[in-house]
Amino acid sequence: MRTIFEPTKGMLPVDTSYCPGCTHGIAHRLIMECVEEKGRLGDTLGVSPIGCSVVAHEFMNIDMCESAHGRAPAVAAGLRRVHPNHLIFTYQGDGDLASIGAAEIIHAANRGEKFTTFFINNAIYGMTGGQMAPTTLIGQKSTTSVEGRKKEVNGMPLRVSELLATIDGAVFVERVALNSPANIRKARRAVMKALEVQEKGLGFSFVEFLSACPTNWGYQPIDALKWLTENMIPYYPLGNLRCPEEVK
Amino acid sequence: MATQKMFFSGFGGQGVLMIGRNIAYAAMLEGKEVTFLPSYGPEMRGGTANCTVIVSDKSISSPLIYEADLVCVMNLPSLIKFERMVKPKKFLFVNSSIISQSATRSDIQTAYVNANEIAKGLGNEKAANMVMLGAIVKKTGVVSFDSIEHVMEKTFAGKKQSVIDLNRNALHAWD
Amino acid sequence: MSERVLMKGNEAFGEAAIRGGCRYYVGYPITPQNELTEFMSREMSKRGGKFVQAESELASINMAYGIAAAGGNVFVSSASPGIALMQEGLSFICSAELPLVALNVSRGGPGIGGIQPGQADYNQVTRGGGNGDYHIPVFAPASIQESIDMLYDAFSLADEWRNPIMILADGMIGQMMEPVTLPEPKIPVSEAEIAIRKPWALSGTKKGNRSVVKSLRMQPNDLEKHVEKLFEKYRQAEKELVKYDTDRIEDAEVVFVSFGTTARIVSEVIDMLTEDGIKAGLIRPISLWPFPEEAFSKLNPKTKVVISAELNMGQMMTDVKAAVCGRFPVRLINRTGGIIPTSLEIYERAKKILGEYR
Ligand SMILES: Cc1ncc(C[n+]2csc(CCOP(=O)(O)OP(=O)(O)O)c2C)c(N)n1
Ligand code: SF4
Ligand SMILES: [Mg+2]
Repeated sequence: MRTIFEPTKGMLPVDTSYCPGCTHGIAHRLIMECVEEKGRLGDTLGVSPIGCSVVAHEFMNIDMCESAHGRAPAVAAGLRRVHPNHLIFTYQGDGDLASIGAAEIIHAANRGEKFTTFFINNAIYGMTGGQMAPTTLIGQKSTTSVEGRKKEVNGMPLRVSELLATIDGAVFVERVALNSPANIRKARRAVMKALEVQEKGLGFSFVEFLSACPTNWGYQPIDALKWLTENMIPYYPLGNLRCPEEVK
Repeated sequence: MATQKMFFSGFGGQGVLMIGRNIAYAAMLEGKEVTFLPSYGPEMRGGTANCTVIVSDKSISSPLIYEADLVCVMNLPSLIKFERMVKPKKFLFVNSSIISQSATRSDIQTAYVNANEIAKGLGNEKAANMVMLGAIVKKTGVVSFDSIEHVMEKTFAGKKQSVIDLNRNALHAWD
Repeated sequence: MSERVLMKGNEAFGEAAIRGGCRYYVGYPITPQNELTEFMSREMSKRGGKFVQAESELASINMAYGIAAAGGNVFVSSASPGIALMQEGLSFICSAELPLVALNVSRGGPGIGGIQPGQADYNQVTRGGGNGDYHIPVFAPASIQESIDMLYDAFSLADEWRNPIMILADGMIGQMMEPVTLPEPKIPVSEAEIAIRKPWALSGTKKGNRSVVKSLRMQPNDLEKHVEKLFEKYRQAEKELVKYDTDRIEDAEVVFVSFGTTARIVSEVIDMLTEDGIKAGLIRPISLWPFPEEAFSKLNPKTKVVISAELNMGQMMTDVKAAVCGRFPVRLINRTGGIIPTSLEIYERAKKILGEYR
C-alpha cells in the first residue's frame, strides 16, 4: 500500500484542548509540518505565550518553554544566546504580543533577533473569556466593550505587521489567514520562508495569522470563518510586507 | 429545614449553574441565608460545570461541601463522580434523557427525570434545566414554586413572552 | 436598610467601590477577577466615572499613579501574577504618598500557576513585593458582604493615610454569590474640588501652590529623613488599622489562625470539634498588615496548640510564630495549588495534631 498522507511527527498524537472550530490547531500543525520538512524537529526550540496556546507544548513535539504574559520574545532572545544554530520561534496571541508584550516584540525586531515569531491574531482575548484586545475591530463587541469598540475611547485596531515592517531588523513580515484551504497553503509557504530567513541568519522574521475564535466571537465554526473573511481581512490585508532577496 | 447542602453538575452549556442560581435566589427571597459557589475557568472548552448551593436558616460558614442533601447530575461523568456525595436517605436527581445508567446506591432517594425529552416536547430542549429545577422543587420543597416563579419574573424581565411561557411550562412539566 | 440582593463577588467589588467614592478604574483581564473588569467597563461611564483597559498591569498601576497624583480616587484590580507586575509601581506610589485602592483576587502560584483560589500571595502583599522600605495596609475579607464594607471604606481610608490600601480576596470570594446589602453611595470628590481637598495633587499652580509628586532623593540624608517620616505614619497605622475577629478562644485548647475564605471553613471545623467535646477557637486576622499580634495575648494558658490554616505553604505561620512568641507550639494545616480543603479534611488533620499534645 502506498502512503499518501501521514500526520506530521511534529505534532504529538493527542487531541488538542482548543474549542471546536478554533484555528490555533491549524497554525500549530502548519508550523510543525514545516519544521519537520526542514528536518529540524530535533533542534528546534519553541516559546509558548500566556493565552489559550500556553499549552502548545502539550501538542508540539519539540523542546518548548512557557513565558510570562507578553515576554516570549525576550525569552527567545535568551534561548538564542545559548543556542546560536537552533531553529527558535515564539508563538503568541494578540493580547500577549500586541498588548502587554508590545515592548518586547518591538525590541526583538529592532535588534534583528534571529528567531521567528508566529502571531495568532484572533481579535480577542480568548483564554480569559472574550475581552477587547488591541486588535479588536471597530464596532466589535467584547466583554469589555459591550457596545462595540469605539475609536474615540480605544483607538483603532493595531496593525502589528505594518508596524513591525517599519523596523529594519524585521526582514521578513507577512500576514496570512487561516480561513480557506487556499489561504492555508499560502500560510504554509510563509512559514517556510520565515524559517528559511532564520536559517540563513538574515534577521527577525514574523508571520501574522488571522485566526478564528468561535467561542468568544459567539459564532458557529463556519460562521466564524465567514466573519473573519468579511471583517478581518478587509482591515488586516493579507500579503507580504517585507522579504529579503535571498528567500524570494 | 436547618441547612440544605446541594450540588449540581453537568456539561458546560446544560444550564446547571442556572438551576443552582435560581434555587439560591429563591431561597434568599424567602429570607434564608444562601451561598452559591460555581466552578470556574475555561469551561467553554467542553468541560464540566458544577455549583454548590447552601440554603440555611442561620449564617453559613463554609460555602464548600463534602456531602450533600441533594445532588443533581445532568451527565454520566457527573453521576459516576458525585453519586457518593449524597448523604444516606437523601436525594439524587438524574437526568435520564442523557444518562442511561442507574444509580448504584440503594440507601438514597433517586429520581430519574427525562428532562431533555420533556423539554423537547414543550418545543425547546434548552429548557431541560428548567424541567429539572421543577422536579427538584416538587420533590424536595427546598423552595416554593411561588418563589421560583418570582425569580423567573425578574430574570426573564424584558424577554419575549414565548420564552417566559416555555420556561414556566418546563418548570411545571415533571410529575 | 436597603434590600438584600444576590451578588457575585467580583461584581459586588465593583459596586462597592463605586458607592465608596471610586471615580476611576484601571484594569487588565485576568482570571479569576474578569467579571470585575467587565462590570467596571459597563458601569463606570454610566455612573460618572472613567474606565480604562490598560495594555498591561504595568501600565494599569502607572495610570493609577497618574490618576492619584492628579487627585483622583482610583481603583486597580488584578490577580496574583498581575499584582506581581504592579510591585514597582506600588513602591513608587508609597514613596510618593499617594492614595489608591488595589484589589488582588488571588489564585495559585508561583509563576503563572493556576486559576483556582489561593492565599500564596500573603508574603507578596504583606511584605511589599517592591523595592525599599514601605508598607501597604492589607485587609482580607471572608465574605462578599465584608468585601463590600471594606471597599466602601477603602477610598476614604486611602485618602486619609495618603497610602495605597490593598484588599486581598481570592478566587472563591470573587466567583461565589451571596446575599448582600449595599451601602448608600457616597458623594465622590469631583474634579473641581481636588485643588481644595488635595492641595498636594497636581492641578496647576493656579491653586496657589506648586505640587511636585516624586520619589527620587539622591542625598542619603534626604532619603533617610523621608523614609523615617513614612515610618512614623506606618507606626501609627500599626496601632489604628489592626483588625481581627476572635471566636471561642477564651478556653480553647486548640486555636486556629486563618484568614479569608479559609477562615470560613475553619469556623465549620470549630463547630465539628465542639460537637466532639473539644474546645476550639479561631483568630481571624482581618488586617494582614498590620498583623494582629495583640489578639494572641488573649490566648489562655490552657491552649495546647495553635494551628495556622492557610492556602499556601505556611507563609502566615511566620507571623503567627512571631506573635505566639514561643508560648505555644505552632503547627500548619494547609493545601496549595488552588485546592481548598473541606472542613472534614481540616477536622481530621486537626484531631491528629491535637492528639500529639493531649
Ligand atoms: C501578567 C498577567 N496578566 C494577565 C494574565 C491573564 N491572561 C491570561 S491569557 C490572557 C490573554 C490571552 O489573549 P491572547 O494573547 O489574545 O491569546 P488567545 O487566548 O486569544 O489565543 C490574559 C490577559 C496573565 N496570565 N498574566
Ligand atoms: S477560546 Fe478562542 S482562541 Fe481559545 S481555544 Fe477557544 S476558540 Fe480557540
Ligand atoms: Mg487572542
